[in-house]
Amino acid sequence: MIAFRDVSKNYNSHAALADISFEISPSEFIFLVGPSGAGKSTLLKLIIRDDIPSKGSIFVDGMDIATLRAHEVPHLRRKVGTVFQDFKLLPQRTVFENVSFPLEILGLDDEEIKKVVEETLSLVNMVEKGTNFPHEISGGEAQRTAIARAMVLRPEIILADEPTGNLDLGSAWEIMQLLNKLNSLGTTIVMATHNTDITGGLTHRKIEIQKGRLVGDSKEKGTKPKSVKKK
Amino acid sequence: MKNLPRLIKTALQRISRNPYHALAATLVMLFTFFVVGAFVLVSVGSNVLISYFESRPQVTAFLRDGTDSKSVEQIRTKLADTGVVSKTKYVSKEEAVKIYKERFKDQPLLTQNITAEILPASIEVSTFKLDDLSKVDTLLRKEAAVEDIEFQRDIVEALSSATAVIRNIGIGTVIFLLLTSLLTTLIVIGLNISLHQDEIEIMRLVGATSWYIRIPFVIEGVLYGSVSAFVASLFLWASFIWIGPSIQSVFKDVPNLVDSPMIFIYLLLLEVIVGATIGTIGAFIATKKYLTV
Repeated sequence: MIAFRDVSKNYNSHAALADISFEISPSEFIFLVGPSGAGKSTLLKLIIRDDIPSKGSIFVDGMDIATLRAHEVPHLRRKVGTVFQDFKLLPQRTVFENVSFPLEILGLDDEEIKKVVEETLSLVNMVEKGTNFPHEISGGEAQRTAIARAMVLRPEIILADEPTGNLDLGSAWEIMQLLNKLNSLGTTIVMATHNTDITGGLTHRKIEIQKGRLVGDSKEKGTKPKSVKKK
Repeated sequence: MKNLPRLIKTALQRISRNPYHALAATLVMLFTFFVVGAFVLVSVGSNVLISYFESRPQVTAFLRDGTDSKSVEQIRTKLADTGVVSKTKYVSKEEAVKIYKERFKDQPLLTQNITAEILPASIEVSTFKLDDLSKVDTLLRKEAAVEDIEFQRDIVEALSSATAVIRNIGIGTVIFLLLTSLLTTLIVIGLNISLHQDEIEIMRLVGATSWYIRIPFVIEGVLYGSVSAFVASLFLWASFIWIGPSIQSVFKDVPNLVDSPMIFIYLLLLEVIVGATIGTIGAFIATKKYLTV
């Protein structure tokens, strides 16, 4: 589903990522772990072609990201839903309108949009809050809305960049349950986090990055990231 | 195309959220198109004026008293034989009185003591080309029956050079104002792009195409240009209704300096098209310069 082959990303002389290689299979749930500034967000940006690698190749659902033409990028982004720590909701749009945004871009008619958005809001338990504006809902609800927006095009992959970073522990677990639920429905989830409270209690595959280098992948012979780091 | 209503709605929402930006752009463009329209009308009016004077007899040869009809006919034949004269007309002393009285009918003091004895008979001459007037002049001056010669050419030339000056100033002013409008549209849309960076980023992330992001800004530019051009044309029409009769009264003899309301309809269409074009160009430059998608 996603493959990184010797990927490096440099900003001037600074190496944000260096020689990263890994593969993610369909329906996997991956934790991308590492401290702040390790390169997790850069890696996610490369997957959605928000940036291009300085070296190496990245394949997402068979598409070579580096050689993708500009007009093909929107098609990639419709296949990959994104969720952010700061939710990135449009403040002047209601919850319903925020979730319907990607469908409007596709040019669906109002009736279809209503049907799909209601289904998606129901999936994240936000139907009741559909008419509320982002400032009228809690952080957890805002993140559930952001997940609904990422889900509404039924993407095969969801990238979540520190989705629990701004939430209290209770809300963070709600979000984790939601992401697990989506994963169980067949969606590939790549979640970047530095929160060990969250990752410690779950058995999902963990890819650890430090200072731009891949220092651990729990898929490989059951190796735990920390032990790889000590090598 | 199926997204067009949504894109128009987005553009209108953005305009309503930043009404002062929209007002600034619209007012500058409104002023521009008012001035552009005014210059177009002045230009049309001066062309009508020039055509009027050109169509009038270009040379009037005033005849000495007592010139008989045989002499008049001889002169007219000589003129026709030159091949450069398009028309000649004999105006008798009685007809001259009639014309004089008609022209000054509102001023009885000027007409009350006028008789045929005072005014001279004349021959009005038109040539095919203004350049041939000197030939006619030379011929007429040789005629003993001709007492004096008046040229229409002087009026036409004075009017033409005045029109040329007005036209050059007008073109300069119009270019300057159109550039100002273009830059204002560019700056206002550039500001709106900066204000909507978050929205643009989200649009990109959820898979909006470059055009889907750009088009609402282009619609914004088209609306600024076309609405202000439309309103400017209406103002111009209203202004003409208000001051048109005063201007026309100065040029009494000239029929309809700006004839028929059709010219305002053409002007409105022209201004709306130019306005929309300026708005589109401004928006395109702004999206190229400030929008990264």
